[in-house]
Amino acid sequence: MSWLDKIAGSQLLTYGVRKHNVPEGLWVKCDGCGSVLYRAELERTLEVCPKCSAHRPIPARARLNQLLDAEGREEIAKHLAPADPLKFKDSRKYTDRIKEAQADTDEKDALVVMRGRIMELPVVVSVFEFGFMGGSMGSVVGEKFVHGANAAFEAGLPYVCFSASGGARMQESLFSLMQMAKTSAALARLSDRGLPFISVLTHPTMGGVSASLAMLGDVIIAEPRALIGFAGPRVIEQTVRQKLPEGFQRAEFLLEHGAIDMIVDRRELREKIHRLLAMMTHWAPSPKA
Amino acid sequence: MNLNYLDFEQPIADLQQKIEELRFATAGSEVNLTEEISRLQSKSEELTRRIFSQLNPWQVAQLARHPQRPYALDYIKTLFTEFEELHGDRHYMDDPAIVGGMARLDGRAVMVIGQQKGRDAKERVYRNFGMPMPEGYRKALRLMQMAERFNLPVITFIDTPGAFPGISAEERNQSEAIARNLFELSKLRTPVLATVTGEGGSGGALAIGVADHVMMLQHSIYSVISPEGCASILFKSASRASEAAEAMRMTAKDLYEFKLIDEIIPEPLGGAHRDYTTTMASVKNRLVANLERLRAQPMTKLLADRYQRLMSYGAYETKH
Repeated sequence: MSWLDKIAGSQLLTYGVRKHNVPEGLWVKCDGCGSVLYRAELERTLEVCPKCSAHRPIPARARLNQLLDAEGREEIAKHLAPADPLKFKDSRKYTDRIKEAQADTDEKDALVVMRGRIMELPVVVSVFEFGFMGGSMGSVVGEKFVHGANAAFEAGLPYVCFSASGGARMQESLFSLMQMAKTSAALARLSDRGLPFISVLTHPTMGGVSASLAMLGDVIIAEPRALIGFAGPRVIEQTVRQKLPEGFQRAEFLLEHGAIDMIVDRRELREKIHRLLAMMTHWAPSPKA
Repeated sequence: MNLNYLDFEQPIADLQQKIEELRFATAGSEVNLTEEISRLQSKSEELTRRIFSQLNPWQVAQLARHPQRPYALDYIKTLFTEFEELHGDRHYMDDPAIVGGMARLDGRAVMVIGQQKGRDAKERVYRNFGMPMPEGYRKALRLMQMAERFNLPVITFIDTPGAFPGISAEERNQSEAIARNLFELSKLRTPVLATVTGEGGSGGALAIGVADHVMMLQHSIYSVISPEGCASILFKSASRASEAAEAMRMTAKDLYEFKLIDEIIPEPLGGAHRDYTTTMASVKNRLVANLERLRAQPMTKLLADRYQRLMSYGAYETKH
């Protein structure tokens, strides 16, 4: 069992992790209700099951495509790639895991950052790539997140982040832990300048990512049923030796406990973020010439 | 097996026992064994020196968790005067795993905050083994912000296995509590000085660890996850914790070389717990010296330097 399975259960690993092993079939089975769904329809519904509304995991670039206007996108800090400061090796070398994740996802690391527009409103957006080592946060993720925050800071733009992460990347140990402080400090600087930060928690947002940038949104949105928390459910179960309550650490549980502002269906996210940011930044569309 | 000694210290324990036996035999006897005792004593010291000069990371972790190691309240009560403990997060409860309050260091008023473990079974449970609840971080934040208001430097002592993995801690959003401290500490307008005295366990440690100067005691550890946690996830078995400790490079020496901490405070031979007086003197000395240096800096420089240090953390490459 991989460490991701241990944190969040095997249902997470349903896309991209071995993309060359996943046949590009016409039909897909929903993990939520078991319905057999037509691939083309799922693309129209942004990978949300039309029968049960289960939100399927999506790659970072698919998310950006759903969100940003086609015109005027500009990727930020795209050349940053992981190093191996500790020369880390467990059952496998960290460098081998990196190479495999890069081949599987076509990304250099687990975060993609872009400047662009959401229904004309200019923003900077960061998106975690869960398929890259479980979206874990190491030095590159931290540095890229800060580049995004700095781009927003310099241009006076709002910042949006979609998190999907098992937490800090163990293979970089204390370097990873320090990314929690680093990303939080960059957000504090943004906040002091009066620029909004919207944090969108998608399945799953755990550990060091949850306990830093993800919980620091001026507005915190979650996708339905997303698993969100600091300690993983299995670890908690082992510690307290009792069964966890139904729906524990799910988005609905967090909303009920006052941890997040709202739960938004993926199909409505773009308009919702646009509307919130327009109010927060006093933005109005420029009159058509 | 002598329980005052760790397994890798057993040869020292054996020698010490021999010395004790000789001392006992000498008392009330005609035979003078003083020379033999002092010979064994210097042999024991030599042995200790040799064992401690080649500690592996797992052995360091055991020292960092030694049940007799000085805890936050030992430092607070020995190094400071007029300690006035302040309680509670003002919302839900007082968390005994984090203690804090105002005190004087060399006569100057400061705010001191630390994670506290328990010494005996009862206190260990009361302190939750030094694992804070969300309210602990929130109490710490309240005290830090009070320190900012009243122009008191903040001194923290880090010693925790990590945040508490419990249901109620999640219900009361420990993620947010930790994140908020990182956010606020990064811009707190007063000097912050952090010292890892034992275990620097993950987010629970970092929540009081964002500072202008971060020190570690020689035999303390600091990492993103416990060696046992790392072993059970990456090495497929918690029993391989020693390998995980090695791989994570969690000792003061390694972290200083990576420039992730700023200073190592040397411990007396055999570890901090073998000689409280010397340990306390070294820690006090470094606290006072660093505080003086930090206080002399203008606030804008202090904050700019703190921010730059945070931004400097990371190892990556540029690839086209």
